[in-house]
Amino acid sequence: MRFSYIEPEFLVERRLERCIRCQVCVRQCAFEVHTYDEASDTVFEDSSKCVGCLRCVTYCPTDALIVRQNPTTFKENANWTGRVIKNIYKQAETGGVLLTGMGNDRPYPIYWDHMVLNASQVTNPSIDPLREPMELKTYLGRKPDHLNVSVKEGKVKLETKLAPQLELRIPVLFSALSYGAISFNASKALASAAYEFGTYYNTGEGGLHRDLYRYGERTIVQCASGRFGVHKDYLQAGAAIEIKIGQGAKPGIGGHLPGEKVSEEVSKTRMIPVGSDALSPAPHHDIYSIEDLRQLIYALKEATRYEKPVSVKIAAVHNSAAIASGMVRAGADIIALDGIRGGTGAAPTTIRDNVGIPIELAIASVDQRLREEGIRQQASIVAAGGFRSSADVVKAIALGADAVYIGTSALVAMGCHLCQICYTGKCNWGIATQDPYLEKRLNPEIAKERLMNLLRAWEHEIKEMLGGMGINAIESLRGNRLHLRGVGLTDSELDILGILPAGR
Amino acid sequence: MMKRVYAKEEVCAGCRLCEVWCVVAHSQSKNIIKAFNEEFPRPLPRVKVEEFGPFSFALQCRHCQDPPCIEACMTGAMHREGLEGPVLHDADRCVGCWMCIMVCPYGAIARDETIKKIASKCDLCYGEEEPACVAHCPNEALVYEDRGE
Repeated sequence: MRFSYIEPEFLVERRLERCIRCQVCVRQCAFEVHTYDEASDTVFEDSSKCVGCLRCVTYCPTDALIVRQNPTTFKENANWTGRVIKNIYKQAETGGVLLTGMGNDRPYPIYWDHMVLNASQVTNPSIDPLREPMELKTYLGRKPDHLNVSVKEGKVKLETKLAPQLELRIPVLFSALSYGAISFNASKALASAAYEFGTYYNTGEGGLHRDLYRYGERTIVQCASGRFGVHKDYLQAGAAIEIKIGQGAKPGIGGHLPGEKVSEEVSKTRMIPVGSDALSPAPHHDIYSIEDLRQLIYALKEATRYEKPVSVKIAAVHNSAAIASGMVRAGADIIALDGIRGGTGAAPTTIRDNVGIPIELAIASVDQRLREEGIRQQASIVAAGGFRSSADVVKAIALGADAVYIGTSALVAMGCHLCQICYTGKCNWGIATQDPYLEKRLNPEIAKERLMNLLRAWEHEIKEMLGGMGINAIESLRGNRLHLRGVGLTDSELDILGILPAGR
Repeated sequence: MMKRVYAKEEVCAGCRLCEVWCVVAHSQSKNIIKAFNEEFPRPLPRVKVEEFGPFSFALQCRHCQDPPCIEACMTGAMHREGLEGPVLHDADRCVGCWMCIMVCPYGAIARDETIKKIASKCDLCYGEEEPACVAHCPNEALVYEDRGE
């Protein structure tokens, strides 16, 4: 198609009186929006190529650049919005599936913003975390049904053999971001931040680069349907193994790493040819039932001598609660639930925006179901999908999650501007790319520091919120839904969340 | 032993902001917009980003222990500040023979023909706590430290 009907999404404006023609913008834009003309000593811009990542704006030393939404609009229409029309134009021009990156950006209700927390007033004292100890340490893994202790000569000894546990400084982990989807520097930053801070990161389905084995004790290694990079040393390198059944951004379909991102190193790590698309199948072809899942869980446990907890990750879908019950019975030590706002490096837009359920409802229904069946202690619940702040984390814990996976928040901490073009491999911030020109833009030392700062900040805030509620340990908040109240929710939403409306 | 600027090639984004801020630091006004849009002639950057494919790093005078440029300078324009200070260049005494450029093993001295023929090189922003290139590198690809060399 020679001529496109699609108007630019953004307008790039240059305040000429401030432009010094230093061409930093020219050099920093991988989409070639800016070009320098030597004859007229002028920098020109082509707005149609702009993806809105703001790299040029951030790097411009004189603040000469402004990138804003293109004010040109289609005739107002509540049904046929500009977004809808543009998508049809795109498909009419390409005949292809619309691709996107990052999490669902449609205006579905965000239940976190409809839940408020409690605080102590008069009748019970609040706690000042700066003056009194506050425990956020979290253990993930199967807990015993009961404890046997023996007392010999006044000394108490635990007789029950505990299942392997992951020990987290705060109930936050970095979610599965595969090497391939993100750059080596980004992977290294996540690994080293988790290692130094005392939490875990997840390899995603991209295997483990040989230089990252040293962070193994703080690594959750993933085993997904494509089995990319899965081998004996890989399974033994991690602290836990996660079987990925589904992903919140694309429930029901497999992973897709475009061949452009399969570089020499990615190919070695994933054990696939350079430049080949890494397409993982929609299902695991050896798992068509809970019984099959049990076989893989125990195969992995057997292979690692029952020394590592095994997690099973599913996308939050309509019958998550029943599936979760089956997963626990199949032997999963950790259940990871990924909600509809979960991110991705590449997914069909229509799947990302329309499939799955909000994580808040999934946490509540799964926790409730496992409690009712008396098996809640057999597995920890880790929630994922769009956690933006420490308040979201606290609310998730109160709803019944044991910990929270953060992916997008971690990427944003490293510099991601959510422009959603991860699938092109041209990330100007050096995060979602394998291009050697772009990869080095992410300094892993700076990124690690930023990630650790984010975790530290959330740690302080979680302590403040707990203290306000008069609680001095995160354990006391877990599943304590009396600390939540709903605002602006329907009766059935309140019922599913298991919380009272504010005022009652 | 003295503090020197070191480049971390593996995280240099090739943006050349070091060059931009070097120009500002050596301008009359020290104002970035004035320095580029109003000052003529504009000072030359004393740091240069070398690029080859995806590899890039900022290069400036290494302030050698035994500087060949001082040896080669016939007027004494090129001199060392104290015993362990930076290698500086006095434009007033420079006659523009450019022997320093010929002998510099790093190619870190540039020809300056903006006013008269002289040499131009890094002065480590003498007197400042940190050179401008280091202070403004957005990816911390330049560091200013004493590595005991």
